[in-house]
Amino acid sequence: MSFKLMDWIEQRLPLMEAINKHVTQYPAPKNFNFWYVFGILASVVLVNQLLTGVWLTMNYEPSGEGAFASVEYIMRDVDYGWLLRYMHSTGASAFFVVIYMHMFRGMMYGSYQKPRELLWLFGMLIFLVLMAEAFMGYLLPWGNMSYWGAQVIISIFGAIPIIGDDLTLWIRGDYVISGATLNRFFALHVIALPLVLVVLVFLHILALHEVGSNNPDGTNIKKPKGSVAPEELSKFAFHEQYTKKYDIVDAIPFHPYYTVKDLVAIVIFLIIFCGVMFFAPEGGGYFIEAPNFEPANGLKTPEHIAPVWYFGPFYTILRIIPDKLLGAVGMFGAIIALFMLPWCDRGVVKSIRYRCTAHTVNLVQFAICFIILGVLGTLPASPLNNMIGVVASLGYFGFFVAIWIYSKNEKTKPVPDRVTGK
Amino acid sequence: MSNAPVNNGRRRFLTAATSVVGGIGVVGVAVPFIGSWNPSARAKAAGAPVEVNVSKIEPGQLIRAEWRGKPVYVVRRSEEILSGLSAHDDQLKDPQSEVPQQPAYAMNAHRSIKPDLLVALGVCTHLGCAPTYRKGDFDQEVAGVKDGFYCPCHGSKFDMAGRVFQNVPAPTNLMVPEHSFPNEDTLLIGVSGGEA
Repeated sequence: MSFKLMDWIEQRLPLMEAINKHVTQYPAPKNFNFWYVFGILASVVLVNQLLTGVWLTMNYEPSGEGAFASVEYIMRDVDYGWLLRYMHSTGASAFFVVIYMHMFRGMMYGSYQKPRELLWLFGMLIFLVLMAEAFMGYLLPWGNMSYWGAQVIISIFGAIPIIGDDLTLWIRGDYVISGATLNRFFALHVIALPLVLVVLVFLHILALHEVGSNNPDGTNIKKPKGSVAPEELSKFAFHEQYTKKYDIVDAIPFHPYYTVKDLVAIVIFLIIFCGVMFFAPEGGGYFIEAPNFEPANGLKTPEHIAPVWYFGPFYTILRIIPDKLLGAVGMFGAIIALFMLPWCDRGVVKSIRYRCTAHTVNLVQFAICFIILGVLGTLPASPLNNMIGVVASLGYFGFFVAIWIYSKNEKTKPVPDRVTGK
Repeated sequence: MSNAPVNNGRRRFLTAATSVVGGIGVVGVAVPFIGSWNPSARAKAAGAPVEVNVSKIEPGQLIRAEWRGKPVYVVRRSEEILSGLSAHDDQLKDPQSEVPQQPAYAMNAHRSIKPDLLVALGVCTHLGCAPTYRKGDFDQEVAGVKDGFYCPCHGSKFDMAGRVFQNVPAPTNLMVPEHSFPNEDTLLIGVSGGEA
């Protein structure tokens, strides 16, 4: 009976076919390591944000008069409201933690290189939408840091010559940030951007499965058809979409092998997540900043306007450049540089394991500079901080220049034909 | 494709013509979506320019107007104050008003359109408190300067052109809003001359 129903559905919508292609018969390299859990963790956080977000809207009131009080109401009077809100706010920070790790993994193992450029671009678009999502979400509690943070970020658009002032007026929908701004940010945060985000994630995974997963060795697990001896072929049955054109080596099906491994990662992640959520939901003032516990007040600027930690690196680049327009250009340039990475890197060897020493040094200094910029973004501006910020920014942008130079005629180690390890 | 007889020229023309008409339609449909983000009539009314009668302000007197929820100080400065403005330039952070805290037409020695009438937001550029007008006894704060504004919150000091003194927390001069004089006695806050 149930088989008959399954057949009936399958003939009308090839559901099992899709599951086979993308889950149970998808060939994943067998040498994935720790760094390969962050993609699935990002999906877990996305689901958390969508679910808790929908539940929060049930009691949240998007208006200049009611927003702050409604968040207090959620925290104090709604059953489990505090938990749902902290799941959402901790999830926002967790999202950026796993996304930054996920991006760094891609940089380490050259997962952005040919033929995965489009995959990288979709990922970067997700990152961009995520930043917009986080920024708009942070305005919604209508706390004083919400207000002044938005004030600072929206005024960046005022740096654009000629249209700047009219553009900021158009974005705010008022002469100051007001309930009108709050309402449109709410609409974008809960409807428009999540839709875009989900579509982009879908495309990201589709693009991944078209070109196949990279691995820590950066080797190709898809060999030309007929080039591999039968006993060397992977022992598992993969979908014909992959085996028709290629001989698959060193691969295991995504399910159950990696789903089970990912479950372990998810459990560990959730332990840490719950630890933060229950014991330090404000993240020491980095996840939810202190001035946000008083309502938005257009006449009272917080002593020190700092962005939430995950915007730190880009905020520092904005701040160290004394010119407003150039600062904005520098900040967006830092993101555009990441977009351009597949073309900055002219190398053919993917994994850091087999690239030149200069590359390792370059990547390490990039990571260090990124962290320094992030820390500086949360600190008040001072001459010393600005000087460190300039150096770290040079390191950040220098990464892209340096990789372009040394990757042309790079002295690499021999790349193994097959993945290393068991 | 089929072998059906095809008039490629006609097909291309029709495709192009349809695309152009469709494109114009898309632009037309975009208008309300983009337009709805402009400030609403209510927001515009709340942010409308404010008219102030300045004919009865005595020299040395300050009156307050409210514009977009913020206090605006209007002060008629005496000849003595005006002539004394340049005397303490060396104690100011930005004596030439280089930071754009005023419209271009108020970027002058007295930071105003009419030399005697100062129009400035009564909002300290530090944390937004309202500075107090200290008439005659400001020299307790800054030696040798008789009149000025003193912010009671964190002690920022401004002179009679709203210029900030050195070594106080406020980073910039007081904001001079856009303003104009439609006639001799009327000050219009929020609109520059020629726009109204």
